[in-house]
Amino acid sequence: MTDGQLTGRTLTLRIFRGLPEGEQSYATYAVPEVVGMVVLDAVHFVQRNLDTDLACRWNCKAAKCGSCGAEVNGRPALMCKTRVDTLSDGPITVQPMRSFPLIKDLVTDVSRNYEINRQIPQFTAAPDDGSPWRIDQMDIDRLYEFRRCIECFLCQDVCHVNRSHALAPQFFGPRFFVRVAGLEMHPKDILDRRELVREEGGLGLCNITKCCTEVCPEHIHITDNAIIPLKERVADEHWDPLRRLARRLRGGPGTRGGEAAPAGALGGPGDGGEGGGGAGAA
Amino acid sequence: MAAEAPPAVARPHREGLGTWGRLRRATPWWAQPLTVVAALAAFTGYSIWTSFFGPGPNHVAEAGPYLSPFFSPLWWKTGPVTPALWVLWSPLGFRATCYYYRKAYYRSFFWDPPACAVGEIRRRYRGETRLPLVLNNLHRFFWYPAVIVVVFLWIEAFETFDDRGHLYLGLGTLFLLLNAVLLSAYTFGCHAFRHLAGGGLDCYSCVRGGKSRFRLWRGVSVLNANHPMWAWVSMFSVVWAEVYVRLVQAGMPDPHLRF
Repeated sequence: MTDGQLTGRTLTLRIFRGLPEGEQSYATYAVPEVVGMVVLDAVHFVQRNLDTDLACRWNCKAAKCGSCGAEVNGRPALMCKTRVDTLSDGPITVQPMRSFPLIKDLVTDVSRNYEINRQIPQFTAAPDDGSPWRIDQMDIDRLYEFRRCIECFLCQDVCHVNRSHALAPQFFGPRFFVRVAGLEMHPKDILDRRELVREEGGLGLCNITKCCTEVCPEHIHITDNAIIPLKERVADEHWDPLRRLARRLRGGPGTRGGEAAPAGALGGPGDGGEGGGGAGAA
Repeated sequence: MAAEAPPAVARPHREGLGTWGRLRRATPWWAQPLTVVAALAAFTGYSIWTSFFGPGPNHVAEAGPYLSPFFSPLWWKTGPVTPALWVLWSPLGFRATCYYYRKAYYRSFFWDPPACAVGEIRRRYRGETRLPLVLNNLHRFFWYPAVIVVVFLWIEAFETFDDRGHLYLGLGTLFLLLNAVLLSAYTFGCHAFRHLAGGGLDCYSCVRGGKSRFRLWRGVSVLNANHPMWAWVSMFSVVWAEVYVRLVQAGMPDPHLRF
């Protein structure tokens, strides 16, 4: 069989329907399965043929835009990347992301994430560090992984600090720890965001249970490569008097000697340059 | 289309979910926490037994050329307390503050959360911002003594080759060597060491020895990628080496070659 052919099986889809203040229920739909079908295909079939006012956010259907995040059988996932033949037999339950306010059906309001993003000071190079930069490959290698983030916010959704404890106002969340880690590790950035991420970002609330890493559709090692290195950097500054003393005595390049970043400094989506884009690898 | 009332677990957001409603999910998410609880409880129970109640002079497990890793290095064999106390605090502290074990016990013992996307029983949560869990930030200070213990384990594994001037190749030697290898892989794949090795630098090419530190960081990262595996196998190897020494101490023959 090739992609697009009917398999002869009929899927049962249970889709959450409702408004924040209105009636909320699950609607059950029968959807003919086709080869290679993903959950988003099934939801589209419902939209086209069975329930045209079903609300669902999507864009690229290629796991690159991060729009179609939802919870499939209780687990945060991109609908466009979840093949129905990988799910266990029985009804497929599709719900909106639980950690965000509901707008309608499968659509949630993720604007809180953009507010958090604005709190993070953007990439800042030294004023006298003229371009074009030549950056050694080894200095930039580990940042590529962080640039893969598509901002689907599944990590923000699955994180229990947001999901079960509603501590979002005092917690940046995994997506933004990744962003801060990318900025902190950048060889050309001079700001120090450690105190910001500890105080305003609530880094200590993260108990590194790795759910963010498990759901990341881009397979970014969020915990091992971003959050734990950030925790260690905060420990350098806050918990390790020996390192602090050594750093003060040594100073010099290669260590974080930059100015502390103020909370709420300018920053936000599109503050280019933090991934080393345009930098020539020597 | 057929409308139906939503089951409690499936409602978005938290309101109105009972304890079991928050914990219900179709997948057997409880299997992993249960396994971790069983394994860590067994390890803790055995550690307490062998350190405080094991047979032998002052509970020390040693037989022929072998010394149990629980008592290594053995500097004070006699004294008011078991010699294990002088040793165990560092590897146990190292494991208790280890980033991997933190994940394991937060999930399994604290249920914070028990599994991904599964609700929690506890309402109040402060993460690692208050005592005692904030002390997990001192992980690096347990790493330093843990390295010393590993060095002694290597020395003692090699010392078992010497039996009063003769070369001794016993099965216990193999277990002690294997234990030293696995503990080294666990200790030198630690996240704190990864940071110390070079992860804390922003610019490798800007500092003296930066290239070497980059290579070291990359090597540690290879070990670190399998840190959970090293954590478990080294824990089992410590216990197995201990059990083997206890068995030899109790009279079990140790298969060996002597030259």
